[in-house]
Amino acid sequence: MKTKKSKIVLTYIFLSIMLVVIIFPVYYAFTMSTFNSKEAYSFPPRFLPSTHIWENYKTAWTTVNMGRLIFNSSFISVTVALAKIGLSIMAAFAFTYFGEFKGKFFFFTTILITHMLPLPIRIVPTYDLMRSFGWINTYYALTIPFFASATGTLLFRQLFLTVPPSLSDAARIDGAGPMRFLVNVLIPLSKTNIGALFLIEFTYMWNVYLWPMIITNSNNMRVVQIGIKMLLASEAQAADWNIIMAGTILAMLPPLLVLLIFQKTIMEGFSLKEEK
Amino acid sequence: MQRRFPNKVLPYLLVSPSIVVVIIFLVIPTIQSLYMSFFRVSPFGDRLIFVKLYNFTKLFKSTDYVHSLLITLVFAAAVVALGITIGLLISVVLNQRLKGLNYYRTLFIWTYAISPAVAGTIWALMFDPSSGPIVYIIKTLFNVKLNWMMNGNLALVIVIIAASWKMLGYNIIFFLAGLQTIPEELLEAASIDGASSVRKFFKITLPLLSPTTFFLLIMNMLYAFFQVFGLIDIMTKGGPGNATEVLVYKLYRDGFINLDTGFASAQSVVLFVFVAILTALQFKYAERRVFYG
Repeated sequence: MKTKKSKIVLTYIFLSIMLVVIIFPVYYAFTMSTFNSKEAYSFPPRFLPSTHIWENYKTAWTTVNMGRLIFNSSFISVTVALAKIGLSIMAAFAFTYFGEFKGKFFFFTTILITHMLPLPIRIVPTYDLMRSFGWINTYYALTIPFFASATGTLLFRQLFLTVPPSLSDAARIDGAGPMRFLVNVLIPLSKTNIGALFLIEFTYMWNVYLWPMIITNSNNMRVVQIGIKMLLASEAQAADWNIIMAGTILAMLPPLLVLLIFQKTIMEGFSLKEEK
Repeated sequence: MQRRFPNKVLPYLLVSPSIVVVIIFLVIPTIQSLYMSFFRVSPFGDRLIFVKLYNFTKLFKSTDYVHSLLITLVFAAAVVALGITIGLLISVVLNQRLKGLNYYRTLFIWTYAISPAVAGTIWALMFDPSSGPIVYIIKTLFNVKLNWMMNGNLALVIVIIAASWKMLGYNIIFFLAGLQTIPEELLEAASIDGASSVRKFFKITLPLLSPTTFFLLIMNMLYAFFQVFGLIDIMTKGGPGNATEVLVYKLYRDGFINLDTGFASAQSVVLFVFVAILTALQFKYAERRVFYG
């Protein structure tokens, strides 16, 4: 199909304008993180980076103990992502390789129902539950309630259903048990899905805000998202925009990095989902 | 041939971790929410008083709550409309077979990885009343000084912009995936018949894309209802006045600051009705598909 030259030019003009609109806020946030406090409040604003980048990031880092926050966020995001992958592979395996067993439909519905119960719907009782467990300010509260995944269970179930039955027959004839079949055959076949799910769940947990906000109050257990809030309203006085933006840039980098690493996987993973 | 391992116990062991987590942390607290919505905590906080539908009548008599409900509907409708139309437009243009567009794609999807709180912080900077670049541009062009800390409607508009900007990456990822499934021969045949790009878009692309669009409609709606707490908390805390106090924010305030548990639980129940409707729509009109939440 031949495409007219004018159309190509228009395409690029349109995309470039949209790109500026999408990227400019982040560009400006970065620029802001290189200003000193005088430059930060100049009006008209400056649009080119200045030279105070190092001191701003250092100030942001020490003001809210950013090292600890990044550790906490990374720890809960990786833990939850891996747990969700593990638990949903197990559940999906149960739903696809053991025929009909008693309660199968009930179990399947129960896992799917996760989608219908976002936190705000059960926020007060879940908080009370954490208190009665003594889980306030613990990694337990920040991770375990998130371990089940309807998305993951559906994703792996769909994938397992497309695996030829001859594979499991062969495994059975060879005398390999179900767990060996799962580990040696199914999991290696699921790499793309595992990658996509890791990206989705890591990003989701990294960006969670409301739950960490109510379930933690010690500075040692805070997460990065709450760190931004702390920078915006640190007890003494509100920090300047240049410091806040240094913290904000730090907060957004890890999931962006994960997105870059898994970019190909997620595109494949998502188009795979769309087919079914 | 059947994929089947003869094992009676293993499937139960395999599903049990997920089931235990869902029941303890999701199902039971939800039931408690429902239960609590019929009670009020006594003045000394030592016992529960059964009050029938009192919390619900209080809810719908409260002008604050009705206002919050309306704000949320406006907010959600605007976020969905903006995110879907702009996302669709960009995706259709991106989906052309042109040199170099592959590299462009990455540049459009990354807002997916940005959190609502980060999006809120960045847009608060853009519209900072005293030094924000957009405030500056508007002032130079139209000589109007924007101050969203004083103007409720403006605050709502800015919160909407920030929220839909954050969702663009997600929408574009799914639209691009959906567009890949449209057979190219169909579009080529239409071109040979002399159909214009606009006609092809409305007669072929849009109808074939409708499952994706519908899926995104629901997901954006759920996002606008439930995932924007961080964005609101960072940007406006529901203000100025209560101009941006969406339902989740009000629920948080009543449940955790005013400590009105019964009232907050009634609000949870109303939110549950919204999710139930959205989920029912999803299952009724879309094929069962995987989604993220």
